[in-house]
Amino acid sequence: MDYVPNTEKESREMLQAIGVKSVDELFQDIPAAKKVKGLLNVSTEMSEVEVTQLLTDLGAKNANAATHAIFLGAGAYNHFTPSAVPYLAFRGEFYTAYTPYQAEVSQGTLRAIFEFQTHITELTGLEVSNASVYDGSTALGETIAGAWQVNQRKQLVISKTVHPHYREVIRTYCWSKGVEVVEVGYKDGKTDWDSLKAVVSDKTSAVMVQSPNFFGCIEEVDQAAEIAHAKGAVLVTTVTEGSSLGLLEAPGKLGADFVVGEGQGFGIPMMYGGPYLGFMATKKEYVRTLPGRLVGKTVDSEGKEGYVMTLQAREQHIRRERSVSNICTNTGLIALMATIYLSLVGRQGLQRVAQQSFQKAHYAHAQLCKIRGVQPLFNQPFYNEFALRVPDAKKASEAMMEAGIIPPLDLGAYYPELKNCLLVCCTEMNSKAQIDHLAKVLEGCR
Amino acid sequence: MSDVKLIYERSVPGRTSNHITLKVDVPLTEVKQAIPAKYLRKELGLPEVNEVDVIRHYIGLSKLNYGVDNGFYPLGSCTMKYNPKVNDAMAALPGHGLIHPMQPVEMSQGALQLMYELEKDLAEITGMARLTLQPAAGAHGELTGIMTAKKYFEHKGEGVQRNTVLEPDSSHGTNPASANMCGFKVVEVKSNKNGSVDLDDLRAKMSENVAVFMLTNPNTLGLFDPTIEEIAKIVHAKGGLMYCDGANLNANVGIVRPGDLGFDIIQLNLHKTFSTPHGGGGPGSGPVGVKSHLVPFLPKPSVEKVGEKYTLDYNKPHSIGRVKAFQGNYGILSRAYTYIKSLGREGLRKVGENAVLNANYMMARLRKHYHLAYDRVCQHEFVLSDEGMPNGVTTMDIAKRLLDYGFHSPTIYFPLIVHGAIMIEPTETESKQTLDAFIETMVRIHGEAQSNPGLVKGAPHTTFVKRLDAVKAAREPVLRWQPPGK
Ligand SMILES: Cc1ncc(COP(=O)(O)O)c(C=O)c1O
Repeated sequence: MDYVPNTEKESREMLQAIGVKSVDELFQDIPAAKKVKGLLNVSTEMSEVEVTQLLTDLGAKNANAATHAIFLGAGAYNHFTPSAVPYLAFRGEFYTAYTPYQAEVSQGTLRAIFEFQTHITELTGLEVSNASVYDGSTALGETIAGAWQVNQRKQLVISKTVHPHYREVIRTYCWSKGVEVVEVGYKDGKTDWDSLKAVVSDKTSAVMVQSPNFFGCIEEVDQAAEIAHAKGAVLVTTVTEGSSLGLLEAPGKLGADFVVGEGQGFGIPMMYGGPYLGFMATKKEYVRTLPGRLVGKTVDSEGKEGYVMTLQAREQHIRRERSVSNICTNTGLIALMATIYLSLVGRQGLQRVAQQSFQKAHYAHAQLCKIRGVQPLFNQPFYNEFALRVPDAKKASEAMMEAGIIPPLDLGAYYPELKNCLLVCCTEMNSKAQIDHLAKVLEGCR
Repeated sequence: MSDVKLIYERSVPGRTSNHITLKVDVPLTEVKQAIPAKYLRKELGLPEVNEVDVIRHYIGLSKLNYGVDNGFYPLGSCTMKYNPKVNDAMAALPGHGLIHPMQPVEMSQGALQLMYELEKDLAEITGMARLTLQPAAGAHGELTGIMTAKKYFEHKGEGVQRNTVLEPDSSHGTNPASANMCGFKVVEVKSNKNGSVDLDDLRAKMSENVAVFMLTNPNTLGLFDPTIEEIAKIVHAKGGLMYCDGANLNANVGIVRPGDLGFDIIQLNLHKTFSTPHGGGGPGSGPVGVKSHLVPFLPKPSVEKVGEKYTLDYNKPHSIGRVKAFQGNYGILSRAYTYIKSLGREGLRKVGENAVLNANYMMARLRKHYHLAYDRVCQHEFVLSDEGMPNGVTTMDIAKRLLDYGFHSPTIYFPLIVHGAIMIEPTETESKQTLDAFIETMVRIHGEAQSNPGLVKGAPHTTFVKRLDAVKAAREPVLRWQPPGK
């Protein structure tokens, strides 16, 4: 099956208009010896019936939210997607457009991005937002250059309570740029403020914390801000669970200079890790450090309101090697989905999602901690994730998988000191019955 | 339609849409007891609307937009081909769309198999040994590819010495930006009068300080560089690596493999060549393929097959590490996989052949009316310019007038080495009728430029808004909605 409409007759007519005898002549610049002989060693074509069967069979080998209860979060969350979201986002006019280079025929995309920027500034408590980057981890990565523009320093201090994958990305990015990375440990599940104070200096460009942090604990972002600002460093706060912003204070209001993170929690399907949504917000004074597209309001030649991409002198197509980032394609469609989601659930809806997630997680915490041999790992306020010490994490995970549950994360894989500890997550999708079942399975594998 | 509002302007205090209930099926915890007040949110300024408001609002916005599903979108360098609907349907199946990136590999065998097989197919298509599927878009792939090269040279003890990346002056803006992000100095190599790499300039600039030569082939003029083997020889002779910006792979699919031409590294733009929807600016996916000597330095984890089981391998001591939180944009990978399986080896060859046939046909007819920047057989795209247009009509005017006729405009003012560039990429999924209609419109606009230049210079006339004031937008930035009075 292919999607080429040219008929043989039309192809001949076209070749004639070009003035060549065969398509081969159009490849005259390619060294003959290097051309593919015959066909590539790829499977033969399939009909839509066959390919649908193939993909359905592959999908059946994956546990998923439709077949399993999920108590796994750790940077990707199983939230509900209202039907209206894909219905609207999959309109071909949005879905099959590209970057709104021709503003006059892209007012739909441009207005939606303008709304997205407004949503994100409301949620983060900061003044400006860009039009999205790839995901939460790369959003955090982009702030390395942002912070450098603010203070021209080349050392980054990051808390060990930041998502381990995000820290890996930061290490990769910093290595390639020649920026030093210092990690700061944790105490009772939160960043160790004394250690942080000890390492932040007038060489530090940015301090990076996450709240709720990887363990689910709510960090004292205001403390981090104080420590960073005292030495002229910027505070970058990352959020991996967007829905937490329905309940928790906006990090921008607690002193963060950059609030960046993962917007997957805004009703975006988990998709095994992407495409997700990196959001980035900052203060007005730092707007020129933001990477990627920014949409602004203006007027047309007749004075009518309209929207365009703006402040493009930051970007690669204008500034080339002097641009603030290399980003070109972002995650426009996912930003659109999040925009529609946040508009649809609205103020009350997002608070309810957060309430539900909070309540389910706290119920689960209470039920699981009743089990003999199971203890809370930390004693801290949390949102919808929490860490437990269990007698045998491996055995527990296996029992849960057996019981049709996608199990909580085994923290030992990321923190060697946290052997036999599980990171449990709940959202509005976890029913009481599921939670009770989880408790029963965990109890049963003592 | 003149009263198109923002969703915030449709908000009514107290209105809800009730997608999520207040009722909770578990005993309640008092939030204020659990979390200190300081860390609880005081205000949340999201809109308050009902579902029907939302539907009408965004349907309204969609009508102000233009996608491939609406019509011809010859945006050069972006490969705006038709996006088959089966790909989206497959990606959305619960077994692909609702899987958690951290769920145990035992529970993700289908996803890992898909990634494993996709990597194999992409390796075959590009002529590379292995690929990472982690990068999220073309530019992210460039960064990953350049990092991989950097790590390779560090490993060889040449990390400090090799501090430069070379690229032709026709390169895409993301190329120099990616090299710079990775700490390299960027040096431009001139193009010659045929639009190819100036070999003398390359020889002069190539040295043992150069890590990588980044080249797009066919380049951003749509021209295949006939001296590619010589270029590779020059770069390799000084120990440098050949990097292929694979954004233009659509011209090569099934015809020639970049790996066979001497390239060591390539990034692909799956959203272009492998037909995943561009979504108003993304998402994309930018797998990076390398020759065997570079495999140890690719990001981790990689997908491996051990016996009949698929696993994620983290044990890669020389890897650059992660470039993205999870395994890549799986929702794009599953679409590309579906696409490749549908086309098969027969369909893949037709992609390259017809993309190039369509472009040459358009070029042959349009060159009679417009200045052709480089008079050579083109590949998947070609570049015209506004040189010699009557009455000072510019590329911008032509682009805007095309909107009046119901077409999307080509890419304009890129590449930078052609003054007033008009870069046209038809792709293989457009019919001769569509190409003819566009050609005739271009000819007509040329006539209008002669007979009624004001009409062209004042375009567009039929769109929802007229030409927008970009200077005002940048001078007085308004980047979010403000409640009245604020
Ligand atoms: C030639 C070329 N290289 C690189 C890129 C960057 O790809 P992406 O937009 O996916 O980051 C593009 C896309 O615009 C391109 O046209």
